[in-house]
Amino acid sequence: MSAPAVELRGVSVHFGRTVALRELDLTVGRGEALALLGPSGSGKSTALKAVAGFVRPHTGRVLLSGEDVTDLPPHRRGLGVVVQNYALFPHMRVADNVAFGLRARRMPRRQVEERVSEVLSMVGMADYRRRFPRELSGGQQQRVAIARALAIRPPVLLLDEPLSALDAALREEMLAELLRLRGELPDTALVYVTHDQGEALALADRIAVMRDARLVEVGPTDQLYHRPRTEFTASFLGAANLLPVEVVAAPGDGPATVRLAGAEFRAEPTGGPVAAGARAALGVRPHRVEVRTDGGMPARLLAVQWRGTGFRLDLELDGGTPLRAEVSSVDGLPPVGARVGVSIPDGCPLVTTGAGG
Amino acid sequence: MTAVAASVPAVTRPTRVRRRWASVLWLLPPLVVVLGFFCYPLALVLRQSFVTRSGEVSLAVWQQVVTSPEFTAALGRTVLLSLGATAGCVLLGTFLALVLAFAPFPGARVVSRIVDAVLAFPSFLIALAFTFLYGSAGVLNAALGGQGGGPVDFLYGPWGVLLAEVTFYTPFVMRPVLAAFAQVPSAQLDVAASLGARPALVLWRVALPEAWPALASGACLTLLLTMNEFGIVLFVGAKDVITLPMLVHTKGIVTFDYPAACVVAVVNVLLSVALYAAHRWVFRVLGAGRSGEGRRGAVPNPA
Repeated sequence: MSAPAVELRGVSVHFGRTVALRELDLTVGRGEALALLGPSGSGKSTALKAVAGFVRPHTGRVLLSGEDVTDLPPHRRGLGVVVQNYALFPHMRVADNVAFGLRARRMPRRQVEERVSEVLSMVGMADYRRRFPRELSGGQQQRVAIARALAIRPPVLLLDEPLSALDAALREEMLAELLRLRGELPDTALVYVTHDQGEALALADRIAVMRDARLVEVGPTDQLYHRPRTEFTASFLGAANLLPVEVVAAPGDGPATVRLAGAEFRAEPTGGPVAAGARAALGVRPHRVEVRTDGGMPARLLAVQWRGTGFRLDLELDGGTPLRAEVSSVDGLPPVGARVGVSIPDGCPLVTTGAGG
Repeated sequence: MTAVAASVPAVTRPTRVRRRWASVLWLLPPLVVVLGFFCYPLALVLRQSFVTRSGEVSLAVWQQVVTSPEFTAALGRTVLLSLGATAGCVLLGTFLALVLAFAPFPGARVVSRIVDAVLAFPSFLIALAFTFLYGSAGVLNAALGGQGGGPVDFLYGPWGVLLAEVTFYTPFVMRPVLAAFAQVPSAQLDVAASLGARPALVLWRVALPEAWPALASGACLTLLLTMNEFGIVLFVGAKDVITLPMLVHTKGIVTFDYPAACVVAVVNVLLSVALYAAHRWVFRVLGAGRSGEGRRGAVPNPA
């Protein structure tokens, strides 16, 4: 079995007295796409910089294809890096930007030309090779940045919030472009730093959720979405409502029975075994909450926001628990301030309160 | 539209005249200052350069001065010294800026502030300090004499002037280059390194090109200032180092040959104006190149 493309073993990074990354253990397989997902200051960019060699770990080791590169400078690691603000060299034309890494490697001129044409075609920028970065739009600049990183044919491509500087429409377009590129580069491992769960879900095979310089949870994308083990993952990935419930019955490895506002539900204990009588949090995605005029758990409708494709409802269960719901239509619902009925489906993930943050 | 136009009272001719006179009045004070304190003395110098000692107006003084070996030697020495000092300042200033910007060390901020402080000093102070350090009776020669070593005697020649000018004018290059380096995003340097470029290549191909306009501007300014440098040359007291400003001083103050002094001064002014024009041109060309204006094939940003 071949060594993983990237391996971090107990990597900690300190900036003075600030701990930016705390004992991170993580592997990325060959050809795998891993998203590092978390809010600002969670340590995800620092982890990427540790892989790239831009920061030196205080403790721990960084391995690329099984080789310890902790002490190697960035120029000897052979990785492709794409950053949020593109970091194109403003005094060089597009072709020279893309050729930079190849020339640094002293590749023969003819091969440089061929490779530059190849990667510029790959990202749809072949017609722009004579332009300067300032003559390109944000999306075009990011395509050039990706082409520049791919030109050196890196085994690992590191992307640090590559779409953050783009507007919503361009972001969608570039996301589709990245997905297409992934298909064309099946052997290239991808480490994708983002705070946008949509990007992570669309692009990654696995997601590593980070918070406060720590790894909270890592797992396959669908598993993390449907069966989060922590409150933080449940709320950050999919913006689930975290409803405080009491565990009524917990048979062991099967679904547990929980009580919320007088009603009982069956829930999946995804955060490990729970005991009857314990307090836990039920992760309920807003789109799974059903709101009716009568029946179900009694609640009060506090606010309605139109979101274009649907409506977001802010509710409050009897007892004061806030609840957010997303519905496609508000036809038939009473006005804001009125009492409504709420239904929550069985099978929602149940996580231990306080687990992982 | 017609109604609006009709409701706005037309600007009458007397009002327009009053406004024109008001703008002329505002222009007058600075114009008087510039003409009285700058143009008029220059015009006097220019006029005087064409008047012989006997009071005749002719080109005789010009012919006599410009063809004299003394003048050509001074002109050559001035150009050589200023070019040498500028080259030294560019090398040293760029090196210091690189170190301060990209290899920060404890106390780098203090060093930067000290360099800034040099900008506030008068130039002769450097020459004076050099006399105390490297002069015949300076610290260095006293120390060497105590060890039985021979005297070091470079200060009273072109090399002494060159060293003093490089020391004094280096901040004029370093400061703008340092500011330019500070504008280079660290992400560009990181990405360049990740692409396989060694630190030297990153500096040469990524950081330095970003600083070219600042470097060119600093170099032009230094060339301009060193060409007119007087205090350092005078205070170093190098007998053989006669530059154009020193020649003006000698002709005008020492030998009282005022017309000849005016000729040299006019040449010095013309050189300075030409250099300033070159400085503006370089800055405009580099600036336009970086902003995309005036570049062939440049197209507007589609974003």
